[in-house]
Amino acid sequence: MRVDKHKVRAVGAVGALLVALVVAGCGSSSSSSSSAPGVTATSITFGTHQPLTGPAAPGYSEIAPASQAFFDYLNAQGGINGRKIHLIIKNDEYNPTQTVSVVHQLVLQNNVFGIFEGLGTPTHTKVVSYLNSSKVPDMFVASGCACWDNGTAQPYTFGWQTQYTIEGKILGQYIKQHYAGKKIGVFYQDDDFGTGGLAGIKDELPASSIVSAQPYQPGGTNVAPQISAIKAAGAEVLVDFTVPIYTALGQLTSFTLGYKPQLVVSNVGIDPTTVGGLLKTFSKGKAGTELIEGAVTDGYLPSSSDLSNPWIALFKKIHDQYDSSAPFDGNVEYGMANAYTLAQALQLAGKSLTREKLIEAVNEKGAQLTGPGLVPFRYSKTDHGGYSGVEIGQVRNGKIVLFGGPLVTEPTSGAPITPYTTAQPAPPSSGVSVP
Amino acid sequence: MNAALARLRAPQSTLLRSLALALLAGVALFIASELLSAYDDLQLASGSYYFVVLAGLTVLTGLSGQISLGHGALMAVGAYTVTLLVGNEHWALVPALAAAILTTALVGTIVGAAATRLRGPYLAGATLAFAIGLPALADKYPNTFGGANGLIINPPTPPSGLGSSFPLERWEAWIAGAGALVVVFLMRNLTRSGVGRSFRAVRDDEIAASLCGLHVGRVQTLAFVVSAACAGLGGGLLAVVLQLAAPGAFELGLSLSLLTAVVLGGLGSLVGAIWGAAVLVLLPGWSNDLAHSFSLSTNVSNNLPLAVYGLVLIVAMLVWPSGIQGGVRRIIAVARRILRRRIGGTPEKLDKHSTQDQEEQPNES
Repeated sequence: MRVDKHKVRAVGAVGALLVALVVAGCGSSSSSSSSAPGVTATSITFGTHQPLTGPAAPGYSEIAPASQAFFDYLNAQGGINGRKIHLIIKNDEYNPTQTVSVVHQLVLQNNVFGIFEGLGTPTHTKVVSYLNSSKVPDMFVASGCACWDNGTAQPYTFGWQTQYTIEGKILGQYIKQHYAGKKIGVFYQDDDFGTGGLAGIKDELPASSIVSAQPYQPGGTNVAPQISAIKAAGAEVLVDFTVPIYTALGQLTSFTLGYKPQLVVSNVGIDPTTVGGLLKTFSKGKAGTELIEGAVTDGYLPSSSDLSNPWIALFKKIHDQYDSSAPFDGNVEYGMANAYTLAQALQLAGKSLTREKLIEAVNEKGAQLTGPGLVPFRYSKTDHGGYSGVEIGQVRNGKIVLFGGPLVTEPTSGAPITPYTTAQPAPPSSGVSVP
Repeated sequence: MNAALARLRAPQSTLLRSLALALLAGVALFIASELLSAYDDLQLASGSYYFVVLAGLTVLTGLSGQISLGHGALMAVGAYTVTLLVGNEHWALVPALAAAILTTALVGTIVGAAATRLRGPYLAGATLAFAIGLPALADKYPNTFGGANGLIINPPTPPSGLGSSFPLERWEAWIAGAGALVVVFLMRNLTRSGVGRSFRAVRDDEIAASLCGLHVGRVQTLAFVVSAACAGLGGGLLAVVLQLAAPGAFELGLSLSLLTAVVLGGLGSLVGAIWGAAVLVLLPGWSNDLAHSFSLSTNVSNNLPLAVYGLVLIVAMLVWPSGIQGGVRRIIAVARRILRRRIGGTPEKLDKHSTQDQEEQPNES
C-alpha cells in the first residue's frame, strides 16, 4: 500500500506540474507568419508599457490613455492611410522585471507592430536590446535619457522628448544670465534623468557656483537629509531634477525647514496639476500649488493651460470627448503630442507599411516632422534623440507660462545654445498634416 | 515524529525516487517547452526561477518554521552576482550560477546566524529590514551596481547545434527549468533525510529537539543557508532569463509576494511551490486582462488587479487554509475514499492510513 501511495503522490506531483504548464499555455495565440505583424489593411496595433500603478503612477498613468484618446480621434476620421491605430496598454508598475515580461507579451503574444511611448529609463533600458534584436520598432520612448539616442547601435529605438542634458544646459544658461553669482543647489534623481540634467547644468555654470548636489533614490519618502544639506550649503537657487512626487516632497520639506530659495524645476517634475494635487494630498489639504509658485521651468510643448494656443485647444477638445475622466494637464498633452508624432511618422511611412519602412521614414524625413512641438526634432539615421531644445517658462498663478522664445542645442558639451525662430505651425483641421 | 520515523527507508531508494521524479518532470518540462509559444516559454522560465526560490522558502518556513521577508533581497544577491560575473568578467553561465549560489549562501549564513537569535515577528522584522536595505546598496555604489538603472547583460545564446532558428525563449526555459529540476531533486532528498527531520523537530518543539541532541541554532542556520542558496540560484536564473539586475526588480513587494505565494501554494510542500510559482507568473496577467475587459474608469481598472489579487488570497485561505496543495490533497483523499468504497475496500482502515500520511506534511500538524 505504501509504495502505491508514493506512486500516487509522485504522479500527483507531475500531474500538478503538467496542469500548471497547460494552464500556462492557455491563452497563447499562434503567431502570425505575415512579414509585418500587427498591421492589416485596416488596422495597426502598437503596445506600450506604463506605470499604471506604483511609485511613478501619479500623473504618468494619464499619458498612455491620452495617446489612446488621440488615436480614437484619428480613427473616427478614418485613421492613417486607411488604418485605425490601436494601442495596447500594459502595466509594468515601473518594475523592470514586469517591463521585460509585458514587452515580450506584447511582441510575442499580442503580435504588436511596434512598441510606442514605453515609459521610464530604468524600465525601458531593459528591453531596448530585445526590441532591436527582434527588429521591432521602438517608437518615441517616454523618457529623456540619452540612451535612446544611438541610431547606429539601436536602429529601431527612437527618443522623443528633449534630452535631459539639453534641458539642463538651457536651464543652466538661464540661471547664469538671471541669477549670476548666486549659490546653486541641485536636488536630483539618482539615475540617467538626474545625472543627465546635472551634467547639462554643470556644462553651463562654473563648478564653484554649485555648492551642493544631493541625489535621492526613488522609493523613499524622506528627503529631509538632502534638502537640509542644500540649505546648509547656503544655496540661493534650488534646481530640481525630480519626478512630480519628489518635487512635492522637496517643497514640503523646504517649507517645514523655512527654506525659500528660487526654485528651478525640470519640465518632467513641474506639471502644476500633478504637483499641486500631490502637495494637497501630502499636506492633507494645507498646501497646494503656492509652494511651486514662481518656479522657473521649461517646455518643448506649449503650456497645457494656454488654451489660446490652437494645439492646446484641439487637445482639450479631444480630451473632453475621449478622455474626460482624466484631468487636462501636461501629462495628457504629452500623450496626445507623442501620439500625433507617431501618426505623422506612420503617414510618412506610406500605405504599404512594414517595420523597416517606418524606421526608414523617421530616419530620412524625421527632422521635418512638425506638430505641437516648439522646437524641431533631431532625427536622422544616426541621431535618434527627439526634440532639440526647450523654451524657458515660469509657474505663474499655478500655471506654466513660457517666455523668451524656444532655444535649441546639442547634448554634446560646449555645443552652443541658439534661438529657434520658426513659428509653430497651426494644427490641421482633421487628421495629421503631411510634412 | 513517530510517523516520520516509521517511514524511514534506505536513503538510496529516496535518492532514486527523487531522481526518477526529477527526470520525469524534466521530460514534462521538455515536452511543454516544445509545445508552448515563445511567450509562454518565457512564462515557463519565469515560473521555473520563481519555483527555485519558493522551494527554498517553503523548506525554511514550512519545515524549519522560520519566517523570512527578505528573500527578494537574497534573489538580488544572486542576480547581481550573475550579471557582474557574466557581464564584466565574461564567466560561463554554469560557474556564474554556482558563484551566485555560493555568494547568496554566504550572505544567508550571516543573516541566518543573526536570525537564529530571533523569533516570530522579530525575525520577520529583521529580514524585512534586510529586504529594504540591501537593494539600496545598488544606489550607494552606482559604479559597480549601476545605481537605480541597474545592470544589463546579453541574452544567453542557444548552442549552434540546436539550429539558428531555435527560439531564445525556449533556451531560457531550458536553462531555468534545469535549475528547477536540480532543486526538485536536492530539496526532495533533503526534506526526506535526517536533516529534513531535524528541521521539523526544531520547528515543532525546540526544547524537545535539543533534548534529542540537536543544536537548535545550527539547524536553523542551516535551514536559512539552504533556503538562501535556492534564492540565489533563483535570482541568478532571473538575471539570465530577463538579462537584468536592477533595484526596482527586487523591491519589498517581491519579498512579500514570495511569502504569499508559498503560503497560497501550500506551506512546506514542493508541489505547493509549483502552485505558488504558477500563481506568481499567471495571476497578474489574468487579473489585469480581467480588469481591463470591463469598461471601467482608468483609476479603477488600474488598481483592480491588486484588489483581485487580494481577493484571490482571501478566498483561497478561507477555502483551503492549507494552500492550494492542501486543497488538492483533500480532493484526492475524498476521491480515493469514494473509489475504494465503490470497489468494496475497508474504508476505516484506509482512512487511518491517509491521516497518517498527512502527518508528514508539516502544514497539517
